[in-house]
Amino acid sequence: MSLFLIVALPFFGALLPGLMNSAGRQACAGITFTVSLAAFIGLLTNLPAVLAGDLVTARVDWIPSLGMNFTLMLDGLGFFFALLILGIGLLIIAYARSYLSRDDNMGEFFTYLLLFQGAMVGIVLSDNILLLLVFWELTSLSSFLLIGYWKHLPEGRQGARMALTVTGMGGLAMIGGMLILGQIAGSYDLSVILQNRELIQADPLYVPALLLILLGCFTKSAQFPFHFWLPHAMAAPTPVSAYLHSATMVKAGIFLMARMWPVLSGTPEWFVIVTTAGLITMVLGAIIALFKHDLKALLAFSTVSHLGLITMLLGTGTAFGAMAAMFHILNHATFKAALFMSAGIVDHETHTRDIRRLGGLRHLMPITFIIATLAALSMAGIPLLNGFLSKEMMLEEANHTVLFGAPWLVPALATFGSLFSAAYCFRLIGHTFLGPVRDDYPAKPHDPGAGMWLPPAILVVLVVMIGVAPFLAEPFVKMVTASVLGDTAEVPKAYFKIWHGLVPALFMSVIAVVGGLLMLAIFNPALRMWDTTPRPEAKTIFEALIAAIVALSQRFIHGLHNGAFTRYGAIMAVTVIVAGFYAWSTGTVGPASREMQPVTPVAFAGWVMLVAATIGMVFLHRNRLMSLILIGIAGLMVSVGFVYFSAPDLAMTQITVEVVTIILLLLALNFLPNHTPIESTAMRRTRDTAIALAGGLATMGMAWHFLVRDAIATPISEFHLANSYKGGGGTNVVNVILVDFRGFDTYGEIIVLGIAALLIYALTETLLSGPVRARLLNRKPDQPRAGDMHPTMMVVLTRVIMPVVLMVGFYIFLRGHNEPGGGFIAGLVVSIAVVMQYMASGFSWASARLRYPYHGVIGAGVLIAGLTGIGSWFVSKPFLTSDFTYVRIPPFEKFELATAALFDLGVFLAVVGAVMLSLESFSRLARRAHVPDTEHPMDIDPSRDDPPTTPAQEGV
Amino acid sequence: MELLVASAIGILTAGGIYLMLRLRTFPVILGISLLTYAVNVFLFASGRLSVGAPPILRDGVEVYTDPLPQALVLTAIVISFGMTAVVVMIALGAYLGSDDDHVDDAIDEPSTGTGDAT
Repeated sequence: MSLFLIVALPFFGALLPGLMNSAGRQACAGITFTVSLAAFIGLLTNLPAVLAGDLVTARVDWIPSLGMNFTLMLDGLGFFFALLILGIGLLIIAYARSYLSRDDNMGEFFTYLLLFQGAMVGIVLSDNILLLLVFWELTSLSSFLLIGYWKHLPEGRQGARMALTVTGMGGLAMIGGMLILGQIAGSYDLSVILQNRELIQADPLYVPALLLILLGCFTKSAQFPFHFWLPHAMAAPTPVSAYLHSATMVKAGIFLMARMWPVLSGTPEWFVIVTTAGLITMVLGAIIALFKHDLKALLAFSTVSHLGLITMLLGTGTAFGAMAAMFHILNHATFKAALFMSAGIVDHETHTRDIRRLGGLRHLMPITFIIATLAALSMAGIPLLNGFLSKEMMLEEANHTVLFGAPWLVPALATFGSLFSAAYCFRLIGHTFLGPVRDDYPAKPHDPGAGMWLPPAILVVLVVMIGVAPFLAEPFVKMVTASVLGDTAEVPKAYFKIWHGLVPALFMSVIAVVGGLLMLAIFNPALRMWDTTPRPEAKTIFEALIAAIVALSQRFIHGLHNGAFTRYGAIMAVTVIVAGFYAWSTGTVGPASREMQPVTPVAFAGWVMLVAATIGMVFLHRNRLMSLILIGIAGLMVSVGFVYFSAPDLAMTQITVEVVTIILLLLALNFLPNHTPIESTAMRRTRDTAIALAGGLATMGMAWHFLVRDAIATPISEFHLANSYKGGGGTNVVNVILVDFRGFDTYGEIIVLGIAALLIYALTETLLSGPVRARLLNRKPDQPRAGDMHPTMMVVLTRVIMPVVLMVGFYIFLRGHNEPGGGFIAGLVVSIAVVMQYMASGFSWASARLRYPYHGVIGAGVLIAGLTGIGSWFVSKPFLTSDFTYVRIPPFEKFELATAALFDLGVFLAVVGAVMLSLESFSRLARRAHVPDTEHPMDIDPSRDDPPTTPAQEGV
Repeated sequence: MELLVASAIGILTAGGIYLMLRLRTFPVILGISLLTYAVNVFLFASGRLSVGAPPILRDGVEVYTDPLPQALVLTAIVISFGMTAVVVMIALGAYLGSDDDHVDDAIDEPSTGTGDAT
């Protein structure tokens, strides 16, 4: 089966359990099992090639320019790990089916599990280190979901968060390391990197790369000083612990060290760092494990210890060490997964994992007892079980390893660690299963169904099989070792056998086992001593560290971001000015190249009005109505300026927008206080003035700079001017740019406009359905209302003028392509015509005559514009390609038909809809405010008249 | 003439920034509107100023002003209307909901207070 398929199967399969959830738990587990099985069989189909020593590869170029390709490869090492991941995965799925209770969402669990499985398989099969990093991060994320699966448990959430923080941090470091490595080797392909041992180790960046990559490996594989997250991750359901923390995720770091072994190992730095970290982890983990009362915590720390052992073996940098490490990975995965599952069974049946409350289970749960005992004895290193073989090899290797110039150091510590290792294994057996049967178990224990004990039993069969007949595993382990070593060393000739003669390793082993038994005998005094010794609690330190970081960032953020908008505004203004000044001062400036134009009296008068209005606004802004009038003047002058400087389209747009904006602000002012009180201090006002003046001077300087110089390159407008008529069929270049050259921009813009209008509508709806509604209804207007709500003159005038305005709008729309005008302006003009009806005749009257809801108008506009764009697909042209032709229908003159006009129609409709929907929403608020809003225009406000007359009919 | 336009942009910007830094919603909205004018005129001016040369193609006319900034500013004017409307709506909603039209959140910690609220 293709490697792609093997990696993809779990990912695609992850969709299924969630879908099958309603089909029942059996179906859900069954489909997960099938998916895993398919991937497993797919992997096995590649076995012959791997055995023959071939490298199976699959490659798809993804982003070749970045060296990032979807390249997969399968060699002995990858096959070995994939086998563990998929094989043990199958057992875990079967086990989880029985383990999870009815309250647990099984589909969710198996989805996470398959995601994790896919990510793990991805790691071990990646041939590209960037791809590997992607999968690496995916395992961190999916394991976060798995560890925190029981969301209701705070320990689960905290453990998941801690695991994600630590492994995520390591992952970040590793990205750096991998990028350095790729830069040195000149390729991100593992197969290339692995060939460049000398080049990489001679590079000055080797040490930083090594440190960063090891940081990633150590955090993932829980090596000291990052070991603390693993025990806290035990809050996960037991199948997760058994899967992630025995066979897979924690082995990812080990895998990577093995994968990188040919290029990174063999240097003093590698040796010292990896061996030391491994040794410390092994001893520390073993000691802590002995004194843990929680079965899973004990196993967690024993896992930490064994990972340390494997790390140490890889650290020695010898071929024999690597072989011992590979063998121990296999053995550890089998016995540890079995032990975790047994612990899960005990927990499931007795409802406790506290060793102090257990004991005597041998009689009640004989099957579990046999499974757990065999696995534990293997872990302790008892002959005829597989743990013994690899532990012997470890001790043998330790015997030849000299660290810090002391030949006794490594063997002594290795023996010491093994002693504690044996001791906690014996404690696990002795205090859980042996001893008298108790009568105070939280639940009545008995052996579970075969669904739960069969998976660990299968593993224990392997434990015994390898232990009794090590030659069965030998060729496989040697094949894996060969692919770890690559070309750097020969596979050791040593045979796997139980009896090597009276070698030092055997004596060390005997010391460890006997010492372990003695340790158990003096367990109670030792425990008392342990409990009285003060020691740092990793979780507390971790939480204090996180709290400190949070406090630090809070202090920093709150300084800038304290909820005061004025502060953000000031910070932003100053930042922009400073950044602009920096850019200015570091750039080069050419001489002024344009001649200045003479000032005309008209222009000067306009300038004076604009400046007076702006300055007036600053000084009179506390009177809000006055400032609204002044801003109207400013807007008017801006549009006059547009006319003056050859921009008729802009002027028309500006002046129409000005009208609707002022109406909008008036509507708003209807509710807001009409006066702004003085609140800011004089110093504060001085500061703001300084910022404002700096900003004003900066923009003035920049505008001046632009205006007296020619563009440094020919503007692309040359193209637009040249092609507007030829290609776009219009003589108004601005309009042709809008609907043709840059039609896609315009399309986006009308959508934004529509969204803004819908947002306003939604906000109005929210306001009117909440507590604000009552307040609006009871609101007393702060100014007397006009006596005639709908003045007759205005009503008559607006109605008469309506058809005229509509015709003008239509005319502006039609001529837009060739003369100033177009959809935007026409839309605004028509909106004003409609708004005038609302203003003159009242909201009720106008909305009663509204035939098309404004939402629909917006939608129709966007739709027409979009369909016009799509239309060009039918003639195999890109989106929004325009076309035009000239037709002549006598007696009219020849005129033009362009698809751009259809697009402009869309623009027109969207603008009308958006403007009207916004204004209508505002006036709906106002309508609720003073309830007596009659259906009839040209009436008088009844509340002003003393006799309550019936609503008059005179107005229609 | 160039100086007039440049100074107008500068004055609009200064007035806009000053009003934007006020404490109540309405002046802030007006300040943002002034800034909008300034930015639009600035963008427009990046096509340089020409009098009597609108970008409407005519036979025999060779000199036209730069049409591209005009097209960009045209949509900017319409979009800025939409944005103003949204901001006004938000301000209005906040005022109606809490009877308070301050733009700053009430500051909890007196130590970081800016001392501007009375």
